[in-house]
Amino acid sequence: MNFLGNTLLELKDISKTYGENQVLNKVSFAVEKGEILCLLGENGAGKSTLMNILFGMPVIHSTGGFSGEVYLDGQLIDINTPEKAMEYGIGMVHQEFMLIPGYTVAENIKLNREILKDNPFSRVFGKDFKTLDMKTMNKDARTALDKLEIGIDEISKVDGLPVGYMQFVEIAREIDKKNIKVLVFDEPTAVLTESEADNLIKAMKFLANQGIAIIFITHRLDEVIACSQHVVILRDGGLVASKKTSDTNTVELAELMVGRKIEKLVSKEEGRDVEHAEVILSMKDFKVGMPGELVKGVNLDVRRGEILGIAGLAGQGKIGIANGLMGLFPAKGEVILNGMPLVLNNPMASLKRRLAFVSEDRKGVGLLLDEPIDLNIAITSMQVKNDFLKRILFMNQMDTVRIRKHAKEMVKLFDIRCTGTDQNTRRLSGGNQQKVCLARAITLDPEILMVSEPTRGIDIGAKKLVLDTLIDLNREKNMTIIMTSSELGELRSICDRIAIVSEGKLVGILKPEDHDAKYGLFMSGNTDIPVEVQ
Amino acid sequence: MKDKLSHLIKNIGIPRITIVTLLIVIYIAAYYLGLNVPSLFSDNLVRMGMNGILVLAMVPGILSGTGLNFGLPLGVICGIIGGLISIEFHVTGLLGLLLAIIVSIPLSVITGYLYGLLLNRVKGSEMMVGTYVGFSVVSLMCIAWLVMPFKSDAIRWPIGDGLRTTITLTGYYDKVLDRFLAFPIGGVEVPTGLLLFFFFMCYMMYLFLRSKTGLAMVATGSSNKFAKASGINVDKSRLISTVISTALGAIGILVYAQSYGFFQLYTAPLMMAFGAVAAILLGGASAHNAKIVHVILGVFIFQGLLLAALPVANVIFPQGNLSEVMRVVVQYGIILYALTKAGGGH
Repeated sequence: MNFLGNTLLELKDISKTYGENQVLNKVSFAVEKGEILCLLGENGAGKSTLMNILFGMPVIHSTGGFSGEVYLDGQLIDINTPEKAMEYGIGMVHQEFMLIPGYTVAENIKLNREILKDNPFSRVFGKDFKTLDMKTMNKDARTALDKLEIGIDEISKVDGLPVGYMQFVEIAREIDKKNIKVLVFDEPTAVLTESEADNLIKAMKFLANQGIAIIFITHRLDEVIACSQHVVILRDGGLVASKKTSDTNTVELAELMVGRKIEKLVSKEEGRDVEHAEVILSMKDFKVGMPGELVKGVNLDVRRGEILGIAGLAGQGKIGIANGLMGLFPAKGEVILNGMPLVLNNPMASLKRRLAFVSEDRKGVGLLLDEPIDLNIAITSMQVKNDFLKRILFMNQMDTVRIRKHAKEMVKLFDIRCTGTDQNTRRLSGGNQQKVCLARAITLDPEILMVSEPTRGIDIGAKKLVLDTLIDLNREKNMTIIMTSSELGELRSICDRIAIVSEGKLVGILKPEDHDAKYGLFMSGNTDIPVEVQ
Repeated sequence: MKDKLSHLIKNIGIPRITIVTLLIVIYIAAYYLGLNVPSLFSDNLVRMGMNGILVLAMVPGILSGTGLNFGLPLGVICGIIGGLISIEFHVTGLLGLLLAIIVSIPLSVITGYLYGLLLNRVKGSEMMVGTYVGFSVVSLMCIAWLVMPFKSDAIRWPIGDGLRTTITLTGYYDKVLDRFLAFPIGGVEVPTGLLLFFFFMCYMMYLFLRSKTGLAMVATGSSNKFAKASGINVDKSRLISTVISTALGAIGILVYAQSYGFFQLYTAPLMMAFGAVAAILLGGASAHNAKIVHVILGVFIFQGLLLAALPVANVIFPQGNLSEVMRVVVQYGIILYALTKAGGGH
């Protein structure tokens, strides 16, 4: 039962900039009644921004609004607050559950839309004193849950429910809204088990059959094929494809999602053979308990002198690997460095074994924001290698002259824009802060340099400089580099090999010149679909 | 010019300008009320020197991220015990003070270590916990003072059990530092030895903060995550800072006592931390950042205010009781102001 041909919601030429950063560029698509439309894209492709616009989130309007038009049932509408979006019948099932644990399922479903009845007080003091009509509320909740064919008890507390059920409470809340027309699912299956995900997809199909239009945001390509009629793919803020699902396949979707021109910063060099170099670092069943980036058992070998990329979608654990190796988050497993086991969970041990790390958390882990640039660059070497120290009487003292001289060299090498080496790092721009972090790591003279998200949030000039520096370090000092990044293009431009991580495990290792589709498939955890190389 | 002026004001911080202005106003009032201003100023210098090291004890805690050390009475008690031991052995003069310091240091290091272990288990609420640790230990010591096996008549009550509430230092090391190389200038008596010792301790702290261990401590206070990633043992850094702070508390009370002329036992150490906290905050420190200059400036203006405000209030409110009330109002008023207006200067 389909209502195809009835356009319900239409987005036209939506553009949005945050400051000078264009995050959406003239995106247009339409959803029909009873249709499931999949919105596909990498992290940072603009999906969330698009949905924030659709919900009139304050973050959009406090940053200068957007351009473009939104039509609902052929009417131009202006959604400037989330309340307005609700009035128009646009609902959302959040990725993180927005439920109150201490309330019952029914209370959560009816939250802020409680059914009230009069009592003697309310007649005197007004409607704020009305009593909740629990009976009707429970009944409504039951109806909504029954629609989803889910056997949760409406009077049980949300506290004890399994994760999969919580998702259904969220959905029940949305469909209980009588006028619901469009329902957005923001990566709902990310936290679910496979069978729970199947249930959810069944529920979505059921809802679509009731005439509700569904926008489904996901990374899992097989789910797209399984449930949707229409796929819209965003990449770097632009619409790259809008296709009927029946006309496409996972391989093509993967290619469209990832595909981009790769600027190879380094050309194939004669005599460069890192593939057969000795293994310098070997991880066996390596697990890291980094919240939000769990690593659940990775086996990976790193070869001397190579630049190894680690790629994957956000939250899949790629970030956790370097953090675990540095001892910053609890790690388990076996790590062999230069033939000797590495003591885990001890940052000093990792630093002494000549591992260095440029963290993705630049302001938290990477910098002492209220200390000057020169001290930031020198302090780790001072602590680890007793560098930059001199003796005065019975005490060791920091050697200000040498620290400053070294900082000046680094400022020149990296072109750090500052008023002087005594400037506090808080006042530097993101790109310059990143250069200070890198300078600090290099000062340690490491054998293996790990960099996480080295170019996040920095301008193009600084990006190029950072990447060029990494290549120089690798080629001139034969430094082994492990680079973790969400920017696949960047990884493919400088890495020798790229390890793809999904759901905390290593999916496979690809070459930079491998096919886009292969990258897309690996990132969504599929390795068994063959890709024909054109 | 205007830019420079506003920059200067921002650098010093409006709270400090307000307080210094108040101090100057009080001194001017004292002059017009016919009080002896030079002697008031000498007292101000003495008070600065005698309280200075207790204020300096705040610095390591603030920098290492354990916050203001409200557990300072722990160090104070260790210092007093050291002092009592030196009296027990009847060592007098500078040597007596030196012995007291030497005895109190190992005591305070052990106490500080245990206190530091506790603080490492209550990260985030060190100041609250510290306050109550101070209170409980002071109360516990009230019992201990009663049963301690000191024999000296200067320490024990002449009749009955236990130690005296105040133990006079006359004949031991009363004012040994104050009188060391003291000289008068324009009616102001400069307590050279006292000030020299205070500035010496400040200099040692300055050197420590530039050493490897000191810098590790500063890094810990600025960012735990950064410190950890630089191979610094965060807990150890915090422990070291607490030990140093407690030891400075012990030395601080000995310097305080030699100038004051008495050891005060029982509940006297209870409020010792508050004056020190107020002074360093007034000097421009915050709960996260402190410099030596904050210590020197802060202790001078805080003690100056307390000292000068009382005689001035005495003249303005001649009723006996009221001036004592005024003193308390001024003291806690300043502390409150310091706590709310902390920071601002860089």
